Amino acid sequence: MTLANAPKGQIIRIVNIRQPLFRSRALGLGLFEGETVVLQEAIPAGPVVIRKNQRELAVGRRLAEDIDVVLVSLEGANRS
Amino acid sequence: MAACQKSPININPDSGVKKLVLAGNPNVGKSVFFNYLTGLYVDVANYPGTTLDIYTGRYQEWVVYDTPGIYGFSSFNQAEKLICDLILGADLVLNIVNAVTLDRDLFLTRQIIDTGVPVVVALNMGDEAARRGLRIDTAVLSRELGVPVVPAVAVEGKGLKETAAALVQGKPGHPDPAITEQLALWRRQKQFNGTLGAALAAMEDDEIQREKAYYIRRQQVNRVYRAVVTETPVGATIGAKLGCWLLHPAIGLPVLVGVLGLMYWLLGIFVAGDIVDLSKDGLMQGYYEPFIRNLLGPVIAPESVAGRLFFGEYGILTMPFTLLIGLLLPLVLAFYFFLAMLEDVGYLPRMAVLTDRMLKQIGLSGLAVIPFILGFGCVTLATITTRLLPSERERRIAIFLLGLVIPCSAQLGVLTGLLAVLDPALIGLFVVVMLTIFIGVGTIMDRILPGQPADLVLELPPLQWPHLRNVLRKTVVKSMDFLNEAFPLFVGGALVLGSLQVTGLLTRLEVLASPLTVGWLHLPPETARIFIMGMVRRDLGAAALVDMPLASEQAVVALITLTLFVPCFAAAMMIFKERPKKEGLVMWLLIWVIAFSTGGVVAQLLATFESILWTAGLFILFLALLAGIAVFFARLREKGQPVQPMVKG
Repeated sequence: MTLANAPKGQIIRIVNIRQPLFRSRALGLGLFEGETVVLQEAIPAGPVVIRKNQRELAVGRRLAEDIDVVLVSLEGANRS
Repeated sequence: MAACQKSPININPDSGVKKLVLAGNPNVGKSVFFNYLTGLYVDVANYPGTTLDIYTGRYQEWVVYDTPGIYGFSSFNQAEKLICDLILGADLVLNIVNAVTLDRDLFLTRQIIDTGVPVVVALNMGDEAARRGLRIDTAVLSRELGVPVVPAVAVEGKGLKETAAALVQGKPGHPDPAITEQLALWRRQKQFNGTLGAALAAMEDDEIQREKAYYIRRQQVNRVYRAVVTETPVGATIGAKLGCWLLHPAIGLPVLVGVLGLMYWLLGIFVAGDIVDLSKDGLMQGYYEPFIRNLLGPVIAPESVAGRLFFGEYGILTMPFTLLIGLLLPLVLAFYFFLAMLEDVGYLPRMAVLTDRMLKQIGLSGLAVIPFILGFGCVTLATITTRLLPSERERRIAIFLLGLVIPCSAQLGVLTGLLAVLDPALIGLFVVVMLTIFIGVGTIMDRILPGQPADLVLELPPLQWPHLRNVLRKTVVKSMDFLNEAFPLFVGGALVLGSLQVTGLLTRLEVLASPLTVGWLHLPPETARIFIMGMVRRDLGAAALVDMPLASEQAVVALITLTLFVPCFAAAMMIFKERPKKEGLVMWLLIWVIAFSTGGVVAQLLATFESILWTAGLFILFLALLAGIAVFFARLREKGQPVQPMVKG
């Protein structure tokens, strides 16, 4: 699943950022592999808005397609 | 200093003066501190990227530098390189961090501390953090970082004095041990001699080293964050809830349309109608102009050359004052007030998210909506604001569309005022033609320019209640700037037109231009003078249109042509400054061609079909055809070339 097609309102974990240049930028912004965020809003065919620690960040659709995520709720279910 | 790129501004003032650099993430309130320390005014708004230039001022023995917000100073863009130079050469860095977004902001703080420069941290917006249930232990933060930390609520003036007092206690903090180790290893490998800061900057220019250092730094920041912040869950604040709703497509889009509609009503109907009636017709033409004529009439004969130059139709004592104070000032004040409210509330970045998808069609990311909206205030300023766009390609498209399509506040007010009295169908035609040009030209540029549209990455500031003092101050400062800039140009324009009229050259020019104005645009010959004025300032041209008797169809053609017409003198200069000279010239000439072609095509269609609907339809078809041809040739060119790997950033 990528950030672009993850369901709205869910807590998700970022597992892979495929664009090397954005990976460095994302570290500065506080997003990196292993981090959990809330998928706040997804504008149809437009940007995705994620929330982390009271901050909101809009990420363009194409970039969001290059970020792999998993649902945190599913993670827990698999483990138990 | 060789570690960063060469910077275009002089950042080495006379020796003996100490350099204080204000640095921080976007939208943390650096400018408020700068305003306090230096007494100078720089723009303060609630969106990232308000400060795009480096400003300098003096505070006691310090030279103070206000810098654009950055997330780190690696060479991701021009601004970061420049600030990197400034920080490495600073005697003290005042790092302003936002208490609400501490986990993000501390990343830059750590990077600055790792360079070994003395630092003072101002922890801003503590009130907002408390409202969101975040408690920050300043003492622990100070101990962790090894530098003084001063809490502040800068917009309310709290903590500014304390921050200034703490400047003398600034000292180098504790560098990260893991990064120090990485740096030592790298220095031995590269045999890099030079200061600690220069070595760090050079090391982080290397992509692999940078990612490693960033990863270490991120871990460190998260550890410090956990040590100093206690979070008590509170319900979402009203601002946060509202911010969510505004992004919801079903609510956000109607609100967006509503906001733009409100702006149209305020400027076009209320101010351009009711207020301007009072200020222009009542005050200026009713009292001021007769007063000047009565005062000077007995001394200078009104029919004499001097009389006509001073208080005739284009008299330098009458026309510039009537237009500026009677007509444009109320419009400009209203617009800047409205804009300042939007900026302060934090609505603009949300507009960017909502419009991202649409703007992608013309090769822009949603961010471009900010210069476009600011362009409705002043195209000159907005042209500078395009610096916040991530790529040169986007800047090129945005600057051209700004110069071509976007009318500035003064012009917009006149425009909406003129349109409001027209037949609704003709207003529709105007809007359709403008939108078609905007989308058509944008699409063509997107297809023929090499590269891809950049991706949106935008931090959304929390929505907040507007600070009325900030809003009013900004409205007044911007409006005064407008008057200062416009006044000499208006007087100059009046003088040029007056001289042309007195010498009879104006009539000759009108005859000369008549194939274009009368033949092609179907307008009366006198409209030539509108375009002459429009070259000085577009709003001056638009204002002159107000008193010109035109049939409705003629008014629409004149408005279309004039709106698309070359940007005013100041904006044109700005285009030449922000773009390479040759590109600027091509843009300027293209705008001439597009303006007169569009006006002409619409005039001819109207005359041939005598139907507004047909005109609008055929015009859209015409541009779609042009866009189609452009796409076709772009494809052809792509096929002819080997596929290039996509280069990002």
